[in-house]
Amino acid sequence: MRPWFAALIFFGVLVVLWEVAVRVGVSSSMLLPSPLEVGRYFVTSIQDRTLIDASYVTMKRLLLGYLVGLVLGLPLGLLNARFRFFGATMGLLALGLQTLPSVCWAPLALLWFGQTEAAMFFIVIMGSLWSITLAAEAGVRNVPPIYARAARTMGSKGFHTWVKVIFPASLPFVVTGMKQGWAFAWRSLMAAEIYVTILTGFGLGHLLHYGRELHAMDAVIGIMIVIIAIGLIADKILFSPLERFLHRRWGTAR
Amino acid sequence: MGFESELINRPPEKLSIEGVSKSFQGRTQTVKALENINLQVREGEFVCLVGPSGCGKSTLLNIIAGLDFPNEGTVQADGKPVTGAGSDRLMMFQEPALFPWMDVFGNVMFGLKLKPKLSNKDRKEVAGFYLKLVGLERFRHAFIHELSGGMKQRVALARALAPNPRVLLMDEPFAALDALTREQLYGDLQEIWQKRSKTIVFVTHNVREAACLGDRVILFSPRPGKIREQFEVSLPRPRDINTVELAKHASEIKEALKHHLKPEMEAIE
Repeated sequence: MRPWFAALIFFGVLVVLWEVAVRVGVSSSMLLPSPLEVGRYFVTSIQDRTLIDASYVTMKRLLLGYLVGLVLGLPLGLLNARFRFFGATMGLLALGLQTLPSVCWAPLALLWFGQTEAAMFFIVIMGSLWSITLAAEAGVRNVPPIYARAARTMGSKGFHTWVKVIFPASLPFVVTGMKQGWAFAWRSLMAAEIYVTILTGFGLGHLLHYGRELHAMDAVIGIMIVIIAIGLIADKILFSPLERFLHRRWGTAR
Repeated sequence: MGFESELINRPPEKLSIEGVSKSFQGRTQTVKALENINLQVREGEFVCLVGPSGCGKSTLLNIIAGLDFPNEGTVQADGKPVTGAGSDRLMMFQEPALFPWMDVFGNVMFGLKLKPKLSNKDRKEVAGFYLKLVGLERFRHAFIHELSGGMKQRVALARALAPNPRVLLMDEPFAALDALTREQLYGDLQEIWQKRSKTIVFVTHNVREAACLGDRVILFSPRPGKIREQFEVSLPRPRDINTVELAKHASEIKEALKHHLKPEMEAIE
């Protein structure tokens, strides 16, 4: 059986079980709407574009914030691993800030940036940056020293060794960190959107929040499904090809 | 500088190691890996360093390569002090140390890309030439993990030869290979050494291997690593490791090694 076919059947069965649970009356339909009702929510919210617009706003915040986190985090991690001074200072700071749940940045971001996009970006960046930094640092520290020695004896020096040898050698580790950074960015953005009302754009988190306020359970469950789907698709599109590439090169695939 | 030294005016030795000592700071004690090593290697010479494990021969090779530095003494290559690693003294390790993110061809190209004078076309030609030499031209686009241990070490040999180093430093490069592959590579290495006129310093603990490959075999004894004795091997090339002549030489060297290790063994007992 092909994996996608198995997945299709599996999720189909889940939906059927859900429908059965509603029919049997496990819970009131106020709290647990049927799959059909959620489906109807999808149709109307896609027709009036609320769901599409909110998804777009959220994805934009997530992608841009995560990109900034990557661009800052990867070099910072390399610096931490390369220079003892950086490791002892920035490395410690990164470790400290990574343990801080990123929704804790929300009050500060609100006061600093107001109810703006900047506050959202700030929270996403703070959510992803530190775990990417730590992963890059750990990745470099796990590179077998023999690679750098082999490169040096062939005449590679300094920056060249770092770009051509140590960074690529650390990739299997770094990609794991990038995935983790992505997950953290996603979580922090959702927390921020639910918690903070932003005047410049209505994201999935806001939609979820208002779904609760209006007691629209079909919307709440529908939006949660969209959030899960986006996470899955992002993983498949962004990271799966990269991981497949690394597995093929390193020979670590099953 | 006197009148006489001016008259003699010999070219500098290819490698000149003078009074080199090296110790490592362990957790509980300082280990003296090398003590007062003096060694001259001529241009085009094939020198084998032989000794039991822990006698500092690999450390000496690292110091010649510029990957490590002595506590005392100096190392000169072509009369200039060694200040760091460089492809003029290229080291080949016991493990292949190939880069898994590149294919076979990319690995062989790595050192060539660091030679600015070559055009890209030349680089590709040279890389192709050495892959052919080690018999792996069919595997140029293979990934490293797809190769067997012997093939990996051949790629490492091609990668080490491609930048055309004048001095090749080899740290037990064939230790992990099966006997058949190893014997084939003995032949290849001697041929490359003669054709491309290289200076080779080869570290091994296998006396027979040393007698087969070296013009000169240098005996080391451990704790601290010291040079004990030197042997000239003047058998005709190419040498076959399985000949009786070679076995005689090897057993002579082995006897000497045992003799030097005797006090060491008694001390342990």
